[in-house]
Amino acid sequence: MEAKTRDLWVLIETNEDGSAKNVGLELLTPGRAMADKQGGALVAVVIGHQIDGAVKAASEHGADKVIAVEGAEYQHYTTDAYSTALVSLVEKYGPTSMLIGATNNGRDLAPRVSCRLKTGLTADCTALDIDAETGNVAWTRPAFGGNLMATILCPNHRPQIGTVRPGVFKKTPPCEGKAEVVREDIHVDAKDIRTQVLEVIRDLDSEKVDLEGADIILSGGRGVGGPEGFALLHEVAELLGATVGASRAAVDAGWIAHSHQVGQTGKSVGPKLYIACGISGAIQHLAGISGAKIVVAINKDPDAPIFDVADCGVVGNLFEVLPVLAEEIRKSRT
Amino acid sequence: MNIVVCVKQVPDTTEIRIDPETNRLIREGVPTILNPFDGYALEAAARIKDKAPETKIVVVSMGPEQAKAALKECLAIAADKAYLVSGRSFGGSDTLATSYILSQAIQKIEETEGKFDAVFCGKQAIDGDTAQVGPEIAEHLGYPQVTYGLEAEAVENGLQIKKEVDDGIEMIGVGLPCVVTFTKPSWDPRYPTIKRKMAANRAEIPVLGEDAFPDMDTGMIGLSGSPTHVKSTFVPPKKSGGIKIKEESDDLSAQKLFSFLSKGGFV
Repeated sequence: MEAKTRDLWVLIETNEDGSAKNVGLELLTPGRAMADKQGGALVAVVIGHQIDGAVKAASEHGADKVIAVEGAEYQHYTTDAYSTALVSLVEKYGPTSMLIGATNNGRDLAPRVSCRLKTGLTADCTALDIDAETGNVAWTRPAFGGNLMATILCPNHRPQIGTVRPGVFKKTPPCEGKAEVVREDIHVDAKDIRTQVLEVIRDLDSEKVDLEGADIILSGGRGVGGPEGFALLHEVAELLGATVGASRAAVDAGWIAHSHQVGQTGKSVGPKLYIACGISGAIQHLAGISGAKIVVAINKDPDAPIFDVADCGVVGNLFEVLPVLAEEIRKSRT
Repeated sequence: MNIVVCVKQVPDTTEIRIDPETNRLIREGVPTILNPFDGYALEAAARIKDKAPETKIVVVSMGPEQAKAALKECLAIAADKAYLVSGRSFGGSDTLATSYILSQAIQKIEETEGKFDAVFCGKQAIDGDTAQVGPEIAEHLGYPQVTYGLEAEAVENGLQIKKEVDDGIEMIGVGLPCVVTFTKPSWDPRYPTIKRKMAANRAEIPVLGEDAFPDMDTGMIGLSGSPTHVKSTFVPPKKSGGIKIKEESDDLSAQKLFSFLSKGGFV
């Protein structure tokens, strides 16, 4: 389809209580710069149930305009309801580009929507820009397990759509929101929602495992040796105000729940500080931490590949290093 | 139940190295493997077949002639029949074009194998990592989809899928026909038996080329039918100036680490 405006849209994913997920608010930050370069408005699209909180947050974090679609059918995410709502909004307003958080739901929804609109989609981007030559969005993403970065353009189809990795961008401090709010009445019949949620099993500690939103992550791998080792990591994490992460090896060994896993089969993260303890640095793990600003590695093996990406590598026994580090932190606070 | 599993042959990304001289990917000598997530999809289908032996499992792959090796692996593990979709004009397809070709191929194969009740895919391939082809096949076919599946069970009116979500697990009910994409479950896929391996080696794998699809919209395939284009690729910059701490004792190393963290304002 042809774009009807130069507007850039950011989909604000909502929680079941109607509040905004962080990733959508984060994407308003690069969205602002891109919309300005494209010469259009920054529009937040909020779909959900009882979403006043999310609409307000989108406005406070920089949206010029908020399009809100509200209904009980949107309380729990379904592919059918959300794709129907989003496609009809795009067809009505014709934005030139759209950013969607690369969460499980975002990556379920985006290909469905882009395929229906017969336009291009770039997955799991870690950098965004406007191509100076053509004015198209330049979507940059890791491929081949993080060995290669590719910059993708979608020159002749609109809207240009990308999913963007959570945690890569930081939301702006909230300001007084002045966004114009437009409410769209779109409803999806129950019979047109072809999947049913039969049961929901929440991770007991998933409230605490917000890897994607964490500023500091302290992660453990095979070298942590067992669940007892993770007890030490938890203790140090608390001192640092860090979230505990884990490599696939540690999760597969059953030492810690999957909700802590970082990497290709776990979460992709973008903290300010990532501390890898006893993690050798398999490429699948490194793919998940390419958004981290500072990487610290503690490992006994001086040849571990994790040291190739570390800003600070400590060659040593983590069971000796971490307790002394904890002691130093405690001392510095008294 | 009649299940088609879409698979891809991929380079083993754990074996990929960067040439330190040219800073390019070294692809020579990198083994190709069955995309692990597609292996989980095949295993999910095999588990349905374990309970209902009349289930038929067909695998399909788009790729060059060499991709038959991945299809033979699937035949050795659990598949009953395999098809390769291969044509010069299919090359350079992005996910939208690939999913269009695969959805056309699935409908073509149905003329021989009967209507498929379910399309299973890996959640993503480990070379491209897009996770887009499965949902896009669902859209082309107009089917409901469930992504991030861990396990699938056949029930009276469809499938029950154990699905991974951001904060836990959901059980999803979905009617047929449908598309399900699979991520890594807690169990390992089965290995092929010697007997199946030998039979797979002898198996004929039909190849569907351009001529198999007289009605295909050629404006939607290959490089020219792909909305997205790769503008450039680059090797991620290595961290330069990274410091290494290796003092005489771990205590001293820890103190140095502490000062690194406090300079960064983290403690």
